[in-house]
Amino acid sequence: MNPGLFCILAVLLVASALSVILQPSPIRSALSLVVTLFLLAVTFLLLDAQLIAALQVIVYAGAIVVLFLFVIMLLNLQEEPRVMARFGTQCAAVLLGSLFLLALVRFAVAPLRPPASAATAGMAAAVPPGFGSVATLANLLFTHFLLAFEITSVLLLVAIVGAVVLAKRRLV
Amino acid sequence: MWIVIGIAAVKTLVVIAMVMGLAGTLGWIERKGSAYIQDRVGANRASVFGIAAAGLVNTIMADPLKFLTKEDVIPTGVDRLLHTLAPCVSLFPVLVAFAAIPFGDVLQVGGRDINLQAVSLNVGILFILAMLSLGVYGIVLGGWASNNRFSLLGGIRGSAQMISYEIGMGLSLVAMVMTFGTLDLQEMVRAQGHLIGGVLPAWGIIYQPLAFLIFLTAGIAESKRAPFDLPEAESELVAGYFTEYSGVKYLMYFMSDFIEIAVVAALVTTLFFGGWQIPYLLRDGFHFPWGTVALLPQAVVAVLQIVAFLLKVVFFCWVQVLIRWTLPRLRYDQLMAFGWKGLLPISLVNVLATAVVVLLLQASA
Repeated sequence: MNPGLFCILAVLLVASALSVILQPSPIRSALSLVVTLFLLAVTFLLLDAQLIAALQVIVYAGAIVVLFLFVIMLLNLQEEPRVMARFGTQCAAVLLGSLFLLALVRFAVAPLRPPASAATAGMAAAVPPGFGSVATLANLLFTHFLLAFEITSVLLLVAIVGAVVLAKRRLV
Repeated sequence: MWIVIGIAAVKTLVVIAMVMGLAGTLGWIERKGSAYIQDRVGANRASVFGIAAAGLVNTIMADPLKFLTKEDVIPTGVDRLLHTLAPCVSLFPVLVAFAAIPFGDVLQVGGRDINLQAVSLNVGILFILAMLSLGVYGIVLGGWASNNRFSLLGGIRGSAQMISYEIGMGLSLVAMVMTFGTLDLQEMVRAQGHLIGGVLPAWGIIYQPLAFLIFLTAGIAESKRAPFDLPEAESELVAGYFTEYSGVKYLMYFMSDFIEIAVVAALVTTLFFGGWQIPYLLRDGFHFPWGTVALLPQAVVAVLQIVAFLLKVVFFCWVQVLIRWTLPRLRYDQLMAFGWKGLLPISLVNVLATAVVVLLLQASA
């Protein structure tokens, strides 16, 4: 991936992510989330993961955030008044946030374990042919990660059945 | 290096010109179609020097000029940024979606094979689905940002409708992906090139007639046209989500509607009717089943394929126009019931049946 391109993308990504939490209007917040997810998809695309990028846009930007918007519009949410939290809460937030940041920086700048072999050292090596393609991903998903894949699908089924049960209860 | 960039730029320009030309022409086709259905002459005052067919030129030139010079009214008390952004968000995804649709095989120029497709994607069909699913934001935002109850109702209806029908559309595409074994649209079209029993072209509709009907229905619902035009139902909601739009912004909504029709027509052509394939036309010329062979130069074959693709697309645009002016609008509960209780189960059954047949064929091979 081109470092210059990555820097531009990263700045845009962080800016739109900040905008999600800083916007007073819920609808603009949700739209910033769409922009963030779209930029994330572009990042995947630049990392040669076309399938993940397409799925990211279809599932998250195209369906889930639309439902967010739908709920915001139905409830007719107005701009949130800014309320300052209590001093103790603020202190706790700053403390936890800086700890998390520290952990992140530590992990990013100096990897916790030194590279054991040449294989792990070659992180920046060229991607193998077919990397990120549908066939490669499907092969891995339906052989090596089959159990995890099936468990996830059962989990989703449980969630759907649960949603139907919860929605039906009011009618009885 | 520069040649590659130049070729890519030319292909992009060709696709954009094709899409814009189609969208402009569709405005005229729609008027003529409605007149045809309603048994009147229609759009006959726009002739140039007495030639009625030249009214097409008039429509393509005069309509945009009129919209461009009109006042852009922004209602009071709206979110100005979102109000301006909404039509752009509506137009952009449908324009980009066309990039992945192949409009010809390969063109050989100076020993170079040019793939006649703006972008060759490993996940072509998913890319188009992703772009079509982004189109809903234009409607939701337009409805929300107009500060108008009619617009808001249209926006809410539109978002619910598009999400519901996307599922049926996606599942009908899953069946097609299983049939062809690829997500690449160019590969899908190539797979439709051979003949069944040496006579019948192996177009997608022969394998998946049910998927074709589901896809066309869901596609019309996605482009929000009658009988699924509830988001803009003019007798209830004035004009739905674009009630408060005028001038260029209205033109952008108008354009994205027509381009969506063209995208649906192009996808139907590509998936079910052989894309740029002409029966019996191979890369070096016609090979008829009764043995006649008519060899043609490569460039002529490429041009023939592009023309065939365009003709098929225009035909399916015409089909959509006829459907629009023939069927009355559904009620909202009918629309939702049809999407969730009709299309969804049928497309699920279709996917299951396709999977069984594909597995049986693999086992027997």
